Amino acid sequence: MLNELESDAIEIIREAMATAARPVMLYSIGKDSSVMLRLAQKAFWPAPLPFPLMHIDTTWKFREMIEFRDCIERETGVRLIVHTNREALAQGINPFTHGSERHTDLMKTVALKQALDAHGFDLAFGGARRDEEKSRAKERVFSFRAPGHRWDPKAQRPELWNLYNTRINPGESIRVFPLSNWTEADIWQYIEQEHIPIVPLYFAKLRPVVPRGGQWLMVDDERMPLEPGEVPQMRMVRFRTLGCYPLTAAIESQATTLAEIVRETLYARTSERQGRLIDHDGAASMERKKQEGYF
Amino acid sequence: MLSLLRFITCGSVDDGKSTLVGRLLYESHQVFDDQMSALQKDSSRFGTQGDELDLALLVDGLHAEREQGITIDVAYRFFGTPARRFIVADTPGHEQYTRNMATGASTAQLAVLLIDARKGVLIQTCRHSRIVAMLGVKHVVLAVNKMDLMGWDPQVFDKIVADYRAFAAELQFTAVQAIPLSALTGDNVTAASAHTPWYPGPPLLTYLEGVETAGTRAEAPFRMPVQWVNRPHLDFRGFCGRVASGGVKPGDRVVVLPSGIESTVKTVIGAGAEVGAAGQGDSITLTLADEVDVGRGDVIAAAAAPVPVTDQFEARLLWMSEHPLVAGRPYFLKIHSSQVGAVVSRIKFRMDVNSGAHLAATSLALNEIGVINVSTDRPVPYEIYEQGKRLGAFILIDRLTNETAGAGMIDFPLRRAANLHWQAMSVDKGARAALKLQRPRCLWLTGLSGSGKSTIANLLEKRLHAAGRHTCMLDGDNVRHGLNRDLGFTEADRVENIRRVAEVARLMVDAGLIVIVSFISPYRAERAFARSLFEAGEFQEIYVNAPLEECERRDPKHLYAKAWRGELKNFTGIDSAYEAPEASELELDTLHDHPDACVEKIVRGLSL
Repeated sequence: MLNELESDAIEIIREAMATAARPVMLYSIGKDSSVMLRLAQKAFWPAPLPFPLMHIDTTWKFREMIEFRDCIERETGVRLIVHTNREALAQGINPFTHGSERHTDLMKTVALKQALDAHGFDLAFGGARRDEEKSRAKERVFSFRAPGHRWDPKAQRPELWNLYNTRINPGESIRVFPLSNWTEADIWQYIEQEHIPIVPLYFAKLRPVVPRGGQWLMVDDERMPLEPGEVPQMRMVRFRTLGCYPLTAAIESQATTLAEIVRETLYARTSERQGRLIDHDGAASMERKKQEGYF
Repeated sequence: MLSLLRFITCGSVDDGKSTLVGRLLYESHQVFDDQMSALQKDSSRFGTQGDELDLALLVDGLHAEREQGITIDVAYRFFGTPARRFIVADTPGHEQYTRNMATGASTAQLAVLLIDARKGVLIQTCRHSRIVAMLGVKHVVLAVNKMDLMGWDPQVFDKIVADYRAFAAELQFTAVQAIPLSALTGDNVTAASAHTPWYPGPPLLTYLEGVETAGTRAEAPFRMPVQWVNRPHLDFRGFCGRVASGGVKPGDRVVVLPSGIESTVKTVIGAGAEVGAAGQGDSITLTLADEVDVGRGDVIAAAAAPVPVTDQFEARLLWMSEHPLVAGRPYFLKIHSSQVGAVVSRIKFRMDVNSGAHLAATSLALNEIGVINVSTDRPVPYEIYEQGKRLGAFILIDRLTNETAGAGMIDFPLRRAANLHWQAMSVDKGARAALKLQRPRCLWLTGLSGSGKSTIANLLEKRLHAAGRHTCMLDGDNVRHGLNRDLGFTEADRVENIRRVAEVARLMVDAGLIVIVSFISPYRAERAFARSLFEAGEFQEIYVNAPLEECERRDPKHLYAKAWRGELKNFTGIDSAYEAPEASELELDTLHDHPDACVEKIVRGLSL
C-alpha cells in the first residue's frame, strides 16, 4: 500500500516537473511537507532537487518549526525561499487583534499569491490530502488555477487515469498535490518506515498551555496575550498538525515515539483538522479560502 | 499488507449514491467526533432527511452541492476494515456532470451502480454502465437501493435485476452482483438485513471485502513510458518512469520506441536507491548500457516484445467539452507521457447510450460517446486499451482553451488508407509531370494576415510562369468566394476550409502542377494534415514571417482595425493563436527583406 502511494506520488512529481516552466514546492515545515520533500528527493535521485522550496512565513509559526526549517535547509542543501507579506506585517496584522480569518487571508493567502507572482512560478506543489477536509476530497491532483490564482470548484478539468493535463495559458497556474490519496495514518507509517525527520512538536512533551474555547493553546512566546488571571500550565501535549501557534491547538497525549503516534492515529476519535481553528470560521470556509487562492 | 480496492458509486440522480458512501464511512467508524458534530449541524441546515442525520452531507463537500442537495464533482473518500482498504469515488448522477463520473471511473476496479427501487433501470443507469464498461471496469455491484420504500418486495428486486441483466448482457462484465439494500436505514450495507430472508447473498461491505478484481497480467512483457530524463552530471543518464506492465532487471534486453533502438539495462533504481528488479506499478529510473537517444514520450519495452507504433488508429471516445467535437479540427493528444498534435479524421458513429445503436454523426456533443479515427502528427508507441490501460488511454486537449475535451481508448491501429480502394490510373502523376518538364509541388505559404503572403505568391507565380512552369495559385480570400463559399469562420468551418484546399492542392499536384497556396493556416496540426496528403518532398511549407506589430501597421485589408474594434471574432494574432512552424522548409523575413528577395530565396532554396 505504501509502495503504491509512493510510486503514485513520484509519478505525479515527475510529470509536473517535466511539463512546468517554473515549478516550486510549497514547504510548510509540517509532517506532510516532510514526506513530500522526501518523495521529491527520491523522484530525482541521484540528482539534487530540481526546484526550490518556498515557505510562507506568517511570523507566527512555532519557534521550533523555524529552527527545524533552517536545519533542513542546512543539512539537505535545498534552495529555500522564505516569503512574508511585509506590508501586512508593517500594519501589525496578527491573529489576536485581527482575528484568524483576516490574519490567514493576509499572511497566508495573499502572501502566497505575492510570492508566486514575484517569482513567476507556474506550478506549485502542495502537501494537501483528500482525507483532510470535504472540499479537499473534491480536488484534482493537478488543480488548475485561473489568473489571480482562483480555483473554480464547479469547473475542474476532468482527470482520467494518470493522464494529467498540464497545459496552461500565460497567467494561469497549476497546484499539484502528490499526497492526494494518502491518509493521515499513511503519512505517519511512512515517516516511521523511512525515518523522516519531523518537528519535535509532533511528539508529546510537557509544554506550557492555556485552555481556550475547549482546546489547549501553547504559549510559544511573549506575544501571546494572557487573560487576566490566566496562568500557563505544564501539560503532556503534542500537535497533530502544525501552523501558526495561536491558531493551532494541542492535544493531550503520552505518545513520545512514532510507533505510539501511529497507534494513536489509528484509534483517533477526532480528525486532525479539529486543532485547526481557521477551519471553523464558517460553513464551507476551506472551500472559500481555496477559491481565493489558499492552499 | 491489506489489499486496496478502488471503486466508484454511480447511477442516476437521487439514487442515493452519496448517502450510501456516507453510510459506509459511518458504519466503518471513519467519521470522527468533530465531523459528526459538524454533520449534525449541517443536517439540520441543509439536510434532506428532516431531523435525521443526512449522511450524504459527509461527502457532498462543496458549498453548491450542499445548497442544491446534489453531487456535482467526484469526491474521493478513504476507509478501511480489518480485511481491506478502500478508496471510493462518489460520482455525480446528473448527465451534465458525466465527465466527472468518468474521472472517477477511469481508475476504479469495481463499480457500485445504484438503482432506485421505485424507478428501476433509467437512461442514466445505462449511460453509466456503458461508460464503466468502456473504461474497462469488469465488476459491477447492482445496488438496488431504497428497498425499504418498496416494502422489501422480492418481486420488485427480481424484476429490476432481470431488466438490468437483459440490458447489460452485451457489456461483457465479468461479474454483476445484485444486492437489495437501503442506504438510508443501513440494511444489507454492512450487515445482513432481517427484511431480506429471500436474499441469499452477502451484504455490500462483505462483498467488497472479498471480491477479486485482480486480472493483472503477471506474464505481460515489460513496458515503461519515459517521463523524465535525469542528467545530474555527464556520467549519469537515467530514464524515469512508471512500469506500465511486466518486470525489469539489470541485464535485460530492451528496445526504445518509436526509434526501435535496442540496448541493455545497466541499473534499475527504485525510490531513491538501486534495486535488483522492479515490477508493474513501480516508479523507477533505468540506466542503459549504450548511449542511446531516449526522450520524454518514448516507451522502453522488452526487446523480445516491443510495443507497436502508429500514427492512425480507431478509438472509442467520450466527449467532455461544451464545444462539440468536429472531425478535422486539430487537438493536442496526450497518451502516456507523450503529447502530440492530432486530428479526429473521421467520426464513424455516435452510440445511443440507451440501446447501444450506432447513429450517423458529424460531430459529438458534450457527454456523447462515439467511435472515431484519429491521426497524429507523428508516430506514437501505444497498446490496445483492453490489453493495457496505461498505453491505450488518451485525452484530447483543446488547443485554445487547454480544456480536457475528450477521453479516448484505442481499439486498433489503422494502416494509412488501407481501407480505401483507389481507382487505379494508367496515366499517373509522373507521366503528367514529365510532359510539363517539371517536378510538381505544393508550396504552402503560411503566416499572419498582412505578413506578405499574397504579394509574394503573386510575384512567385509570375516568375515561374515566365520560366515556363505550369502553376496554379490558391489564395485564401479567392477560394472563399467560390469553392468554400458555404463556409463561415467558426472553428469547424476553418478546419474544413483548410481540408478542402489541401485536397484540391493534392489533385493539382497529381495533375503535374506547381501549386502555390497562400493561407494564414494558423495551426500546426492543420498544416501537418495538409502535409500528410503529399508524398515526401512534394509539400514545401514556407513560413512568411513578420512581427505582429508590423502586420498590424501594414493592415492592408483593415482587418486588424476591425478585430480591435471587436467587429471580427477569432482573428488570428488578436484573439486567436498563430502557431509558428517548427520545421518549415523555408522561412522568409518580410520585415527586412524585399518581396523580390523573398521570391528569389524561394526559387533558389527550393530549386524550382
